[in-house]
Amino acid sequence: MEQLYKRPKCIQPMQSGYCPGCLHSLATRITAEVVEELEQQNNCILVLPVGCSTMGLLYWKIDMVGSAHGRAPAVATGVKRCSKNSLVFTYQGDGDLAAIGLAEILSAANRGENYTVLFANNSIYGMTGGQMAPTTLEGQKSTTTQKGRDPLTTGYPMRMCELIATLDAPKYVARFSLHDPANVRKAKAGIKKAFETQLAGGGFTFVELMINCPTNWGLTPLDSLTYMVENTIPVFPLGVYKDVEV
Amino acid sequence: MGKILMKGCEAIAEAAVLGGCRFYAGYPITPQNELPEYMSVRLPEVGGDFVQGESEVASINMVYGAATVGTRAMTSSSSPGIALKSEGISYLSGANLPALIVNVSRGGPGLGTIQPAQSDYLQATKAMGHGGFRMIVFAPYSLQEAVDLTYNAFDYAERDRNPVLILIDGALGSIKELVELPPMKELPTEQAKWQLGNPTGEKRVARMLTSIYPEAGLETLNRTKGEMAVAWGENDVMVEEFLLDDAEYVVVAYGIAARVAKEAITGLREKGVKIGMIRPITLFPFPKGSFRKLDYGKVKAFIDIEMTVPAQMRDDIALEVLDRAPIYEYGRSGGVLLDDDGVLEAIEKVLEGEA
Amino acid sequence: MNEVKVNDKLCKGCGYCVHYCPKKILELGKVRSSKGHFYPAVTDQEACIACLMCATICPEGAIEVAKGE
Repeated sequence: MEQLYKRPKCIQPMQSGYCPGCLHSLATRITAEVVEELEQQNNCILVLPVGCSTMGLLYWKIDMVGSAHGRAPAVATGVKRCSKNSLVFTYQGDGDLAAIGLAEILSAANRGENYTVLFANNSIYGMTGGQMAPTTLEGQKSTTTQKGRDPLTTGYPMRMCELIATLDAPKYVARFSLHDPANVRKAKAGIKKAFETQLAGGGFTFVELMINCPTNWGLTPLDSLTYMVENTIPVFPLGVYKDVEV
Repeated sequence: MGKILMKGCEAIAEAAVLGGCRFYAGYPITPQNELPEYMSVRLPEVGGDFVQGESEVASINMVYGAATVGTRAMTSSSSPGIALKSEGISYLSGANLPALIVNVSRGGPGLGTIQPAQSDYLQATKAMGHGGFRMIVFAPYSLQEAVDLTYNAFDYAERDRNPVLILIDGALGSIKELVELPPMKELPTEQAKWQLGNPTGEKRVARMLTSIYPEAGLETLNRTKGEMAVAWGENDVMVEEFLLDDAEYVVVAYGIAARVAKEAITGLREKGVKIGMIRPITLFPFPKGSFRKLDYGKVKAFIDIEMTVPAQMRDDIALEVLDRAPIYEYGRSGGVLLDDDGVLEAIEKVLEGEA
Repeated sequence: MNEVKVNDKLCKGCGYCVHYCPKKILELGKVRSSKGHFYPAVTDQEACIACLMCATICPEGAIEVAKGE
């Protein structure tokens, strides 16, 4: 028998701390697969900020540093500049990256720091119980927009790939979705490209992963995937926003 | 190497580099801009790295990142900027990470003034951030002392795996004095067991640095840090006891205030007044022993002189003196500097019983 | 014969594999794991084409697939 799929070894041999059907788990799993395919499990440093992403601290089996809310790009700047041969990446949610950490992500991207940012976007604050994020859709309900997000008072969904792609320094900026197997494969290839670019000394790479939050969206896992296809992905178009040869 | 003339901020920057600093991140704020400016030129010369962060918050977190891989990292700022860094400093302590923080303080509260003041004593010694952690606080009063303390600051930080603070005011940061610089420090070549990164690529258990803990782990950390602070009080106190042997009047002052007070005390001694000074060099741990060994049958009064109003060190003095002698205070603040005449007059008032 | 194996200690019963299996040989709701989740039973091992849809979408990496001789 030829083993076609085996679970990566650089995550713990146990369930993740995420809710059933949460694509944070899947994002972590495919990132772990890429780390192993590139044989970087003994050479990487993961910077985890605050949010559901923090649960990675209990799940990964690689060198990790837990940072303050939104500050992972600043922490990763210090890590990578002082450990230039390590594969350094952050894994941040949308509240963390697009709200409190906006200055840090844009500034790190603008400096062209040679590390990778993985950005998991589920258009809500998960860990704190479902509040509005900068990425929350117009009309989407959250615990702080109980009648649905009203753009007149709370603005519109913020698109990070599009913002970052306007900067000169970033080398690879792309958005993928994890809602079906075909897109999972594309996302994995995107993460791999970003890591390879970094390892070649290329510069700043940014991969956004559209994910779900069944618990705080109030949907079953399967219904949350349908919601992604019908609602979130049209607002956050998938694709490669910047790809500079290095 | 002979003595050279250097500006306070630059002398501290050079001493940090000689003491092993290889990473600096900071954000412009007066009156300490000469420090990052110096670092931006100097660090690349020694294979280090300088980053001008997008904010104080980002800068302290860059230092946090650099510290995780074992690089001697520092930041500097001035009062409101240090307040912005306070969360990151708490994270450093919580994650057991060494780092050097320099506060070239100015008048406060709020935006305050860019002129010098000593208004950050309470912040530095009691609550540099949330969560009740403590740190060693050095308060030099001359540039040579600033150089010597900075040079060794990383050794304390790494011994304790805890940030260390150097607190000077804008005046000391801006003056020029002759300093003798020490030689470049030899750095440890072996990676410590806690440091992240795997330069040799060996197979080993993954390492994690974070300030989030399960309840029992956090309580253990807090106990350990508490015991560490007690040990500082036993081993690491630095103080200058100036003309205390027969003193009837004891001035307590640190940093720039101690410089001014020393002039006044020297003058009064020439007139036969039995006056001396306790000058804390470590503000935390506070030099309690210097107060405990005084002969309270002889001491008539204490005069707490600080370049801030109201005095902030007074509570620490009172805890040691108790009611055994009155404590008077004199200070200027808001960027108004202490001067010789004002300090002398304030001391003379106490001598004459008019205070 | 190809083999699809669901690890009940990892599965949380989200049902993604059931949904995306082109041969519809995974079924939820029959067996409960030690953690309390219903996890998919393989109803027709012989029909498995080892396409890896299930393993690719499984958030937990709970599904291993092997290709037969």
